[in-house]
Amino acid sequence: MEVRSSSPTTMGEPSPSGRFGSFGGRFVPESLVGACKELEAAFRSAWADDAFQSEYATLLREYAGRPTPVTECRRLSDRLGVRVLLKREDLAHTGSHKINNVVGQALLARTMGKRRLVAETGAGQHGVATATAAALFGLECVVYMGAVDVQRQALNVFRMNLLGAEVRPVDSGSRTLKDAINEAMRDWVASVETTHYCLGSVMGPHPYPWMVRELQRVIGDEARRQCREVLGGDDPDFVLACVGGGSNAAGTFAGFVDTRAALIGVEAAGGAAIGHGVPGVVHGMRSHLLQDEYGQVLEAHSISAGLDYPGVGPEHAYLAEVGRARYVEAGDDEVLDALRLLSETEGIIPALEPAHAVAYVARAAGDEIPTGSTVLVTLSGRGDKDAAEVMELLG
Amino acid sequence: MSRVLSDAADETSPSGGGNAPVGSLEATLRAARDEGRKLLVPYVTGALTPHWCDVVRAVAAAGADGLEVGIPFSDPIMDGPTIQEASARALARGATPAGIVSELSGVDVEIPLAVMTYYNLVFRSGHRRFARRLVESGVAAAIVPDLPLDEVGEWARAADDAGVETVMLAAPTTADDQLEAICRRARGFVYGVGLLGVTGERDELATSARRMARRLKAVTDKPVLIGVGVSTPDQARDVCEDADGVVVGSALVRRLLEGGGPDEAAAFVGELRAGIDA
Repeated sequence: MEVRSSSPTTMGEPSPSGRFGSFGGRFVPESLVGACKELEAAFRSAWADDAFQSEYATLLREYAGRPTPVTECRRLSDRLGVRVLLKREDLAHTGSHKINNVVGQALLARTMGKRRLVAETGAGQHGVATATAAALFGLECVVYMGAVDVQRQALNVFRMNLLGAEVRPVDSGSRTLKDAINEAMRDWVASVETTHYCLGSVMGPHPYPWMVRELQRVIGDEARRQCREVLGGDDPDFVLACVGGGSNAAGTFAGFVDTRAALIGVEAAGGAAIGHGVPGVVHGMRSHLLQDEYGQVLEAHSISAGLDYPGVGPEHAYLAEVGRARYVEAGDDEVLDALRLLSETEGIIPALEPAHAVAYVARAAGDEIPTGSTVLVTLSGRGDKDAAEVMELLG
Repeated sequence: MSRVLSDAADETSPSGGGNAPVGSLEATLRAARDEGRKLLVPYVTGALTPHWCDVVRAVAAAGADGLEVGIPFSDPIMDGPTIQEASARALARGATPAGIVSELSGVDVEIPLAVMTYYNLVFRSGHRRFARRLVESGVAAAIVPDLPLDEVGEWARAADDAGVETVMLAAPTTADDQLEAICRRARGFVYGVGLLGVTGERDELATSARRMARRLKAVTDKPVLIGVGVSTPDQARDVCEDADGVVVGSALVRRLLEGGGPDEAAAFVGELRAGIDA
């Protein structure tokens, strides 16, 4: 595998300043500029290096459990009148697609001689994945998590602790994902010489949006091959994924961007940065952002801690602007309905995040998604982590 | 205003910049420095209390050479707990960028003022509009810590055109060649970050603070001030052995958060002044 240098519309390499169109960039304190450049150089070198690629592929196969399957949902398809395929990232080690990214970044951290990982987490999936990779590589690990999320994702906090990571609750701001990112960046500012910031999505300063997309590209590349087997050489009509920061969607879209498939990202209604945000700059990037008239960042609200983020990865803002991908929303109630629907029809309990994508398919089937269409949905994570909260919500 | 042309290599700076005339902040700081005075630029959070402009006046009268006024942002990643708390309190009081800048037009102090804020507030306002507002309120300069050299061009050009000085930050991790480029682009003064970390009080002055000052002084004749982690009169005096002056924020803002008013602020700034004059 090599870095693709085609234009940004095909999800290739961003501009030298890390731009996808006008989005992206590197808006960080001067203390971090050198670290971002060092990381970019390390990633470029590693990604072009056969030995690194081979070790990464081996880890994905032997440790993360790849390839994950594509599952045809026969009962759900009968119910909706569209042919639904699921890309099963819920079956990857640690229960979500996050492992693809962290294994790659942990390998890079080792290459750069960094002995400590810091990370942020909302739903806990990225925190668990980072703690896992840190254990695998023998690295110190600190995970920042909003105090609200610590409450609603207690099981994942316990898992991170079991894996040897330190979880630091964040009490500032809205006490959710965006504040955990602020705190992780502050830690990185103070420890940049020894620490790698293992960012969890296709966001942040260059090279993160590009690097994380490339590390997640495996989802789309696998899915494309698998869909062609299932669909007799054809691609799906629609490819869907949920979007918070947007890493599982970026990885999925990367595999299909040069096909005829319609790409659809599904945002949480209360955190729809593309749907309701305007261009702004936070967390090192220019992208779409929920903000007030003065530029103060607004709090996002979602049933799902993983989508409770007021921004979105800059490449998604670009894909929306040029019209290659479309972004829609799903609300909390229909997400719970979708979670139940997939559980009852297929025996698969999704995480709340990808339940947003399922909710949109359920709503749009027979309408915006015509009857008889083929639809691939990336099931980015499994529902175990949300079980306690969903139990409370569904009574 | 005297038109001093310095750092002719500016034309080749990646961020452009040209040879903008020296503004009032740099002119004031240079003049004071050239008279042998060490420079003191305190920081206060705008709109922190109903009478915050009285704090500005008191600090100016207590021996400051310039003043940094923070325009609070919801997500201040370069700031530690003290400034974060002050920003949150100010925002809860309804602070807005335009309101703070507008109030500054009425403070009528003798020293030049700079605002410190994060880029999204500038971007949202629009570069030229933001710069124009600063000029209209008599604010000399802006400090935007999340606009490093590679990203500062668009804002800095608008600021230069309007006559607003853009203070640039240099960090202990900044490479030597970048240090020179940052100094060329800097207006007003060069802000040397004293340590790897966010704003906040520290028990001891980091060894990196004086090293940062020496590195900067070796490549520029613009005023070099060190901030971040400079909290006490003794620390300020120490770093001024190498630097032209200091920026002190969290130690002052903490006193305001603890209920101190203009008198307490002035007393502390007086202590800092005495410290660096000693």
